[in-house]
Amino acid sequence: MNGDLADIGLSGLTISGILIGIALVLSLIRQLGVERDLVVAAIRALVQLLLVGFALRIVVDDDDPLIWTWIWVVLMVLVAAHTVRRRAPEVPNVALLAGVAFAAAAAVSLGVLFGLRVFEPTGRAIVPLAGMLVGNSMTATVVVSRRIVAEARDHRDLIEARLALGLSSHDAFAPHLREALRTGLVPQIETTKTVGLVAIPGAMTGLILAGVEPVEAVRVQVAVMYLVLGSVSTTAAVMALGLTRKLFTRDHRLDVGPAGTTP
Amino acid sequence: MTSVTGFDLAGVSVGPPNRRRLDAVDLHLSDIGITAMAGASGSGKSTLLRLLNRLDVPTAGAILWRGVSLDDLDVLMHRREVGMVFQAPAVAPCTVFENLAIGAIDLDNETAEDLCRLVSLDPTFLDRPATELSGGERQRVCLARTIATGAEVILADEPTSSLDPEATEVIEDLAQRFAAPDSPMPVAWIWVSHDPAQVSRLANRVVVLGHGRVLAEGAVEDLREHESAEVRRAVTA
Repeated sequence: MNGDLADIGLSGLTISGILIGIALVLSLIRQLGVERDLVVAAIRALVQLLLVGFALRIVVDDDDPLIWTWIWVVLMVLVAAHTVRRRAPEVPNVALLAGVAFAAAAAVSLGVLFGLRVFEPTGRAIVPLAGMLVGNSMTATVVVSRRIVAEARDHRDLIEARLALGLSSHDAFAPHLREALRTGLVPQIETTKTVGLVAIPGAMTGLILAGVEPVEAVRVQVAVMYLVLGSVSTTAAVMALGLTRKLFTRDHRLDVGPAGTTP
Repeated sequence: MTSVTGFDLAGVSVGPPNRRRLDAVDLHLSDIGITAMAGASGSGKSTLLRLLNRLDVPTAGAILWRGVSLDDLDVLMHRREVGMVFQAPAVAPCTVFENLAIGAIDLDNETAEDLCRLVSLDPTFLDRPATELSGGERQRVCLARTIATGAEVILADEPTSSLDPEATEVIEDLAQRFAAPDSPMPVAWIWVSHDPAQVSRLANRVVVLGHGRVLAEGAVEDLREHESAEVRRAVTA
């Protein structure tokens, strides 16, 4: 492996800043008024990632105990659950449900990858893989949970018509749940289908820049994509199950506010 | 007093004390013929109907169906026995046959054709997408699929309010045919309506609600002479 390829050094980092300069000049010429935001974004990204980098040194060091790695993973799950609550405020109990869903997805996906020794269970492998898992599941969780609640509210008349015919809440909501899950999963499936044709994905780009053989990088990338697909599906399924229980009472009544009200 | 026929409501309230949608309602509702539930908008008619199908539960009080508390009944079985059709005929985006089979999964073609005839729909409709039908036709599909579950009572929440006069007449005629004592498939109706003319045409008995309370109940002709102007308005076209 050619390690020098990945090490751009301080000078390399500074030179790459020229690109921000170009963006600033363009903004000034076209009077876009985003110069301040550009500078703030560039500095914030640098500072945040530097902090993460220093913290990761402890977490991914092979000599340190794995407990630090798992604490990092738990923190990621908590931050992601909080982010989901911010982005889907109308969904009842969404933070708790999302936390459970991420934990379930992590248990299943990381269990397969590390339990079956696809990757060695080291901090260096667990942290980035858990990051990919939680990051991608977070987007799908927001989409699926918002869609589930919207389906229940928008199609209240049809769902209640099915309930009134003696269907259980599970059966009455099934067609709508299917639609919501499809909305959440289809973009991920489409991304998986077209990967490599348009853009080379992040993990593979990083590995190639770090000097790894492209075919070797592909193997890792494919495993990562399968991990993402598996975890997104698990998260969506857990959210669907949890939210259906929240939206319906035990005695098969839809509980999204009084009838005739627009949420 | 409770009975082994129809519904009995005792002290039924819905909503917080300062904003009751129903307020301490005591009432007996028959499971024979057509009972109209009349009253101004916001009087609590639809709220009461939803309780009877157990789509909502009361904040206080008890509701008995044929002498048994709704809390003690299997809710899914109860809903098949006491069906409900709504103001907006909500059909699923599939064929008429598939709509009829929602509550009757082992429905065969012959029974589906019979159901169509029962609600005056041509059996050729069975293969058509239900969402492409007119409002009146969709409401008849809703009626047929409720009958398909073996409903003995149909709770009808202003089922004709979004239909034209011709479609309204068809639905009213169907209700009267099903409710007739000599009907081969007798179905009782509890029919919410804000239209006094419709109440007069249909009902054997009328319950007039106002501000979440029962204002009066009885035969249409008796209520026309009632001392309360609000009651008289509810039954006089």
